[in-house]
Amino acid sequence: MELTGAQALIKSLEMCGVETIFGLPGGAILPVYDPLIDSPIRHILVRHEQGAGHMAEGYALATGKPGVAMVTSGPGATNIVTPIANAHMDSTPLVVITGQVPTSSIGSDAFQECDITGITMGITKHNFLLQSAQDIPRVVAAAFHIATTGRPGPVLVDIPKDVAQSTMTWWWPETIEELDLPGYQPTVSVNTQDAKDAADLIAAASRPVLYVGGGTLKSQATAELLAFAERTNIPVVTTLMARGAFPDSHVQHLGMPGMHGMYTAVMAMQRSDLLISLGARFDDRVTGRLDGFAPEAKIIHVDIDAAEFNKIRRADVTLQSNVRDAIEALDAALVTPPDLASWWTTLRDWQERYPLAYDEPENKGLLRPQAVVEAIYERSAPGTIVAAGVGQHQMWAAQHWKYESAGTWINSGGAGTMGFGVPAGIGAKVGRPDATVWVIDGDGCFQMTAQELVTARSEGIPIKVAILNNAYLGMVRQWQEMFYEERYSEVYLSPDLPDYVKWAEAMGCVGLRATTPEEMRAAIDTANTINDVPVVIDFRTDSSEKVFPMVPSGASNDGIVVHHSQRDPS
Amino acid sequence: MTPEPIETAASPANITHHILSVLVENKAGVLARIAGLFARRGFNIYSLAVAPAEIHERFSRITIVVDADSAPLEQIVGQLNKLVNVVDITDLSPTDAIERELLLATITTNVDVQTNLMEVIARANAAIVDVDAHAVTVALAATPQACDDFERTLAGFSQVELHRTGRVALPRLGRPANPLAE
Repeated sequence: MELTGAQALIKSLEMCGVETIFGLPGGAILPVYDPLIDSPIRHILVRHEQGAGHMAEGYALATGKPGVAMVTSGPGATNIVTPIANAHMDSTPLVVITGQVPTSSIGSDAFQECDITGITMGITKHNFLLQSAQDIPRVVAAAFHIATTGRPGPVLVDIPKDVAQSTMTWWWPETIEELDLPGYQPTVSVNTQDAKDAADLIAAASRPVLYVGGGTLKSQATAELLAFAERTNIPVVTTLMARGAFPDSHVQHLGMPGMHGMYTAVMAMQRSDLLISLGARFDDRVTGRLDGFAPEAKIIHVDIDAAEFNKIRRADVTLQSNVRDAIEALDAALVTPPDLASWWTTLRDWQERYPLAYDEPENKGLLRPQAVVEAIYERSAPGTIVAAGVGQHQMWAAQHWKYESAGTWINSGGAGTMGFGVPAGIGAKVGRPDATVWVIDGDGCFQMTAQELVTARSEGIPIKVAILNNAYLGMVRQWQEMFYEERYSEVYLSPDLPDYVKWAEAMGCVGLRATTPEEMRAAIDTANTINDVPVVIDFRTDSSEKVFPMVPSGASNDGIVVHHSQRDPS
Repeated sequence: MTPEPIETAASPANITHHILSVLVENKAGVLARIAGLFARRGFNIYSLAVAPAEIHERFSRITIVVDADSAPLEQIVGQLNKLVNVVDITDLSPTDAIERELLLATITTNVDVQTNLMEVIARANAAIVDVDAHAVTVALAATPQACDDFERTLAGFSQVELHRTGRVALPRLGRPANPLAE
């Protein structure tokens, strides 16, 4: 069967099980958009290529399947660089197709030419520049294989226009060998002796903590984690990337660790004598100042990526494996779990003294942002998916919502990409149309990518967006208040400019505003009954609210600052 | 007048160096991928040599002398091994490896130095590979240490140009190299 390169590309995507592509056409990718008309693949036409990338990420995080985005060359390709970098930091499986100028023009500074494989070399797991149409099936299959196996990540495929226009004889690689990747062997199996050594450390520990990272969700190990935690009675902390990997309602869950983590989660790691790291990478937001981090803890480090071992913190035992297999091996090797009664006494005491706290809403005309998050949680269906931008609202959404299952928390962790929330929420809703999706956003973030609500409305993707509108770039404001003597530099945004309700309405969405607790509850209930169009609620929140607890940047976790009501009067 | 010996950049004799013999797929951009990785992770390269590999034309062998003070060797190897085009990495510790490097130098000749220069060339077992009325080009293929010594000696003469290749290496017979990653 003779096909054009463009037809082969679309057919290859179909063969890889792609159901949805997020994209925006342009000159160099034009040939590929033609056969797309005849394909069962759903294409979602975004308003900016960054939106396509974040939607693909949201789709991947909500479904566990790779997200796919397609854009044109030059500025189309550079506009999707931020989502690629974001996916690379958070190990999100993504396949990004970019158009490229014809092979004969490459290197000539042609119209809309840019070296996108060069630009994304350091922020993709791998990338390809297609040389011939005959190679398209192999390269597309390889891209999906690389993106989804081992430590997942983004893969970019750059297709020159002439390659899309030339013809090839259709074939499909049936085996891994045909992908021709001699340097890529993602399959690893747990070393039994290492598992025994790790089990010995667990049996001998008196203050162990299960330090659960995003790799636990990536390897779909939540059931194994729950069983192992319950068998051993070891306390659990879930990082920002792992919210939902262990039920927040579970008695053994201490919450999120890190810069804005729960006091007990942070201190449990600090005082621990054994950290069992499951697909986590000792990120600086978790460790605080490294030389003061968990000084007495031995480390069992489980990761599929061997390059994470001893990168930040030297491990006593390393297990190169996906988290699920590693937990099963630990469970098999562990004969008698340790007695943790005294450890739990300490932990329960901390939990009692230092719960998550904020000032109760005063009736002074503005909402407490934490109360908004809690109200949405209480008034929405179980299993609701939350997508967030980056900043204070993201931390409140991570702290004050109860995540019970995988794929219910969608956020930008490693890269900290403002504007992630709206497009990621759209992608999540496309991937799981039966779930309610709430985007908890900040006013600063919303202004970066709000145009994608036009996409959501026109494509029939009814997400709900809660803007915690405090009229500031709130997290930066918090740092300026606490560490720059309240010298506020370039952080004020205004609560009224833009008018978020009118903006929402102009984009075909329902726009609501809430200033009082009564209006807040009414607006949330209204939003939850609207299931045909997107809803945006402008929640007017108190700009003086800060995220606590907080480990100041550069400080050891021992220097954690709790809410003022919990501070020692001395 | 004898010029002062030239102080060379920190030679591998002065740093904790390792030789990584890296088998890569011979694909466009593979050297950029490796160089980019070293640059963005802050790993230092002392020297680097690339050539088609012995086993198949689709592979190349890159011999990289790395500064293991700039980052732990385990980290360098771990990150390098994640590159999809990297097929195999062998760590050749200097004591377990045969290392060779090629040095080419053009020296101005005149009556005053000629005898002395010929002695130096002969003592180093270097070869004269080109000559004209005013200059001579010499070649030395030897251990990096011998190349260092020869370079220092040549500094006493009037040099026109001096190039070194960076080293290539193979494991010493009877001392199998440490296969770090496949």
